[in-house]
This record gives sequence, structure tokens and C-alpha cells, in this order.
Amino acid sequence: MRKRPLSWALLVVSSLLAAFGVWAGEASALWQKAVSVCLSCIGIG
Amino acid sequence: MERGRRRIQIFSLLLANSYWLFPWKDRIFQGWTKRICFPGLNCYSCPAAAFSCPLGGLQNAIAGIRPAFAVHQLHFGAYVLGTIGIFGSLMGRIPCGWFCPFGYLQEWLYRIPVRKFSLPRIFRWGPYLFLLFFVVLLPLFVVDVVGFGSAWFCKFVCPAGTLEAGLPLLAMEPGLRRLAGMLFFSKLAVLFAILAGCVVTNRFFCRTICPLGALFGLFNRVSLLRLRFDSDRCVQCSACRRICPVDISFFDGTDSINSGACIRCMRCYTICPAGAVSIDLYDVRDHTVQEEKGGS
Repeated sequence: MRKRPLSWALLVVSSLLAAFGVWAGEASALWQKAVSVCLSCIGIG
Repeated sequence: MERGRRRIQIFSLLLANSYWLFPWKDRIFQGWTKRICFPGLNCYSCPAAAFSCPLGGLQNAIAGIRPAFAVHQLHFGAYVLGTIGIFGSLMGRIPCGWFCPFGYLQEWLYRIPVRKFSLPRIFRWGPYLFLLFFVVLLPLFVVDVVGFGSAWFCKFVCPAGTLEAGLPLLAMEPGLRRLAGMLFFSKLAVLFAILAGCVVTNRFFCRTICPLGALFGLFNRVSLLRLRFDSDRCVQCSACRRICPVDISFFDGTDSINSGACIRCMRCYTICPAGAVSIDLYDVRDHTVQEEKGGS
């Protein structure tokens, strides 16, 4: 941890953001989007 | 190292698209792994996709911010941004050079023996503009009456969606084929234009359009894993410049070796005859890396 404090700080902040997202239900919301066909992605909707 | 990178690219391609039961099922994969963002451009509507696309996830989160906040849900893309940040702060754009299935496809297309072209440097702004407008601003501000935006990049540009999801799904589903209209054919035209670009210019899509690469690129200068250039050892042979797939020129001081455009394929590290390029992993000393390079 003695070098690159900014890199470590970004890693910690990113991990906290991801953990917050899971807590807030974003991973489940992502799953709901990802398990049905995305009409925008395939050029229909 | 290049052989190892190829193997990892093939493994990543197969891992990202590891659901091979799709021809016998009437739905795309619905397992728990789709809660995880794959570190590369791989459409989650691809019938074989086993993971989620971070770019699609981010756009949908941004497009749904207003309705989510209206019902007191704190959904603003923290999960996807955090996942991208974890990969980025650890290794910068290594996902682009080593894991991304669409990046691997581009490298194959560039092997087609036709006349090749280099890109003017101004095109390096392209991915940042696509990130700003198509991923953030348009999904956030162009909304319908209930406040939902659209995933603009997925809808109008994304070649991975058309190639991996649009074409196979339309081939398998007659019902979807009947719905294909102008939007689909315009996306098809965009796909072919991008693929043609990739044949004549190395990593054309990464260098001119890819917003995911732009996001990872923001971390190149601050990631734990970085490249280091020792100008005292450099013999100015320009081998690194000639082998670089994204035309970065650090040996003459034009670019930083940790430029946001670098996809970290490590070809410069492998080819440098003077050992002027080293991998710098926070407290690994330079000579240790050089010894490993000599021993491999």
C-alpha cells in the first residue's frame, strides 16, 4: 500500500460503489434487463 | 506473451458466450451470472451470452434514473461503474487488449490482406464523444413522458449488438424478423461500415467509437498496473511504434506510454530489443520485470 495511493483509493471507491449498487438492487435490475431480449440492442425497438 | 494473450482472448470469447444450449431453448440465458458485468463489449442479448454487457447496463441505468428516483430507488449505475472502476484501477485498458471479444474479432479482421490505412490523431477523441453523448447525455436528457430515456449507443450504433444478438436472433425467430425495419437496416449498415473499417485499420472500432474503451482508458495513467518507458535504454529503433495496434508513439515523446488510447496488448514490451519498456506493478522493481522477461 506504500505506493500509488490514488490507484488504491480508486480501487476502494470502485469496490464501495459496486457494493452500494448491489445493496441498492442494481445487480438484480441489471439481471432483469439481461435475461430478456433487448430490442434496442438488436435494432428493433 | 503474444501467444498467451491470444489464448486468453479465445478463453474470454468462449467464457463470455458459454451458453451453448440456446439452439434447444426458446429463451436467452437466464442464469445468475448475468448479474456480473463482463469486462468487454459482449451483448447480453447474444443467445450464447452468459454475462452482462457493462455498456448496456450503464446506459439502461442512466436512462432509468428519473423513474428510479421517483420511486425512491437509488439506481444511478453505481454497480456497473464500480465494476468498471475495479477493473480499470487494477489494470487500465487490459480488458480491451486481452478480454474483449469484439477486440479479438477486430484483430482477425485486420489480418485480411488488403491495403491498410492509419488514422489521424483527432479520431482519438471519438470514443470520448460517444461516451459523453450516446452513453450519458442523450439517455439522461432525451426522455419520454414518464421520464425513461433510451440506450442510444445500443439502439443506433453498437456493432456487437447487431452482430452477436440481432443477426442470430432474427435468423432463429421469424416473429422478430417481421419486426425488422429501417432501424435494423441502419444498424446493419453501421455494422458493415465498422467491420470494413476494421479490415483496413487496426482496432478501428476501439480507436474511433468504443465508449467502454474510453472508460477503461481514463484509468490507464492511474491504474496499479502500468507500463514504464526508460528513455536511457531506448535505441530509437521505433519497433514499438511499428507494432503498436493503436499507433501510439512514446519512444519519441509524442505520446505517454500510459496514454488512454493504449489497449495494453504488451506488444511493445515484448518486441523492445533494448528492454526499455517494462511492466510496473506498484512495487515490483524494474530489474525484476526485466529478469522475468529474459527468462520467459
